[in-house]
Amino acid sequence: MENEVAISVKNISKKFGQHVAVNDISFDVKKGEIFGLLGPNGAGKSTLINMMTTLMHPDQGEIVINGLNTISQSRQVRSQFSVTGQSATIDKELSARENLFLFGRLNGLNRDSAHQRSEELLVDFDLVQSANHSVSTFSGGMLRRLDLAISLIGNPSILFLDEPTTGLDPRTRTQMWVAIQKLVKNGTTVLLTTQYLEEADQLADRIALIDHGRLIAEDKPSELKKLVGGLQLKVTVEQNESVIPTQSIIEKVLGKTVNVENRNLTVILDNNAFNKVSEILDKILASKIMLSSFKIDAPSLDEVFLSMTVGKN
Amino acid sequence: MKNQKKASTMSTTLAMAHRNLLKTWHNPDNLSDVIIQPIIFTLLFGFLFGGVIAGSVHAYLPMLVSGILIQSILNAAAGSGQQLREDINSGIFDRFKTLPISAFVPLAGQLIGDALRLLLSGLISLGTAFAIGWRPSVNLIMIACVLILAIFIGWATSWIFVLVGLLVKNAELIGSLSMIIILVMTFLSNAFIPIRTLPLFLQSIVQLNPVTITISAIRAIMKTGYWNTEATLVIISGIIIIAIFMPLSLMVYRKNN
Repeated sequence: MENEVAISVKNISKKFGQHVAVNDISFDVKKGEIFGLLGPNGAGKSTLINMMTTLMHPDQGEIVINGLNTISQSRQVRSQFSVTGQSATIDKELSARENLFLFGRLNGLNRDSAHQRSEELLVDFDLVQSANHSVSTFSGGMLRRLDLAISLIGNPSILFLDEPTTGLDPRTRTQMWVAIQKLVKNGTTVLLTTQYLEEADQLADRIALIDHGRLIAEDKPSELKKLVGGLQLKVTVEQNESVIPTQSIIEKVLGKTVNVENRNLTVILDNNAFNKVSEILDKILASKIMLSSFKIDAPSLDEVFLSMTVGKN
Repeated sequence: MKNQKKASTMSTTLAMAHRNLLKTWHNPDNLSDVIIQPIIFTLLFGFLFGGVIAGSVHAYLPMLVSGILIQSILNAAAGSGQQLREDINSGIFDRFKTLPISAFVPLAGQLIGDALRLLLSGLISLGTAFAIGWRPSVNLIMIACVLILAIFIGWATSWIFVLVGLLVKNAELIGSLSMIIILVMTFLSNAFIPIRTLPLFLQSIVQLNPVTITISAIRAIMKTGYWNTEATLVIISGIIIIAIFMPLSLMVYRKNN
């Protein structure tokens, strides 16, 4: 079971007019894993999801889901998975309970099982209190929870989550993460897209980096992070004349070139350089340099892409 | 965990029609189109124009009933284009398309739901008229025939609005367009006034209006208690509308898919 393939994407391309949205992408998703598609807006993530979920036909290539072809066996394929879109697509006029029941029926449950499953999911996703309220009164977090619950009503073996936490507050995001991790424990395969490095890192077993329709890299999060370089030290000084002395202090301690932009100084910290941060801070303070900020940050997605696409574009 | 069940097209279509009705039920805007408008218009027109046009409210009612019936049914039919466009724009149609159901179930559900909304709207028009004193002189079977005729022509018309809904991208625009079309169609007809009171050039336009023909057919049935050739003509034009607009709508729908 471990290495069985749930989703197989082979040499997929898709053009919209002259614009190549997806360019010869291939990857396999194993059963029971969380696979993350990571990329900025317009990278081609949603187009890929649309093709995997039979909404669009690829111009070239083949997608096979649980052994079924997305084009020639589209209706059988659609009984294998559920999709949760970027914006919660739920009937706002209906109540949570009515929505769940509707999708239960549309997924082929009989009336009794549709009712029973709806009640279970209302409990699981903490929506019992508002089950009969019109969905239009729901908060963003409640909408996403209901959206996910609706996706689960047919017990899909594969779940596509298109940016499941975009626009959510941190607490709700964590709730969603917990819900997604629970699903995978029950054997569901999850393919999720995200713009957040942190999210992909937290959730995904493997990540595919996508930019401008191309697959840039595909690996475990820890391996990808090694490729990009680890944490960064970011220092901002208060006065322009402090920039050069600060730069020389950091370069002397780390033995690396510092990137300077206005009064911001940035340098990548190698694994062993972590303990040198306090030394840098001490020396800066000893030189009476005024700091407006001094922090260690994970590289942002932009930086990941910059470093991954250098020399390729 | 595998879910290999495939829902039958019948039960999924009914579930979709049920959704359509729930949407109408929960949305004050749609609900007003279907239920409140026929009531208001019957009361308003009856008491406002009854005296002027027919001498009394009671004398006006036999004329008004058919007018309101067709107006409210067209109103309900026009709602289908807007609902369809809202569903497409909100993205819920995409979600439906990823379900293991036939691609036409969402459209079929919409149109079955429509037929039921038309029935509701028709019953409410007749019921309101009855409540303020309209007493039909024909038996229930003929009234049922009239209702079915009205619903049929309304349902046929909703295919036109479905096509508009599939082609025009802006839901609000569809709403206001539909409203203008219906206002012009019903007021430039014999729905609320006797044609002979109009200037001659307007009379000829009004006579050509399909709404006029439908209402004349209904009035004749309500008066004589017999089916007439005008009613058959209405059925035929309904079939022609469906024959033109159903394939067109399905073609556009499939292309969108």
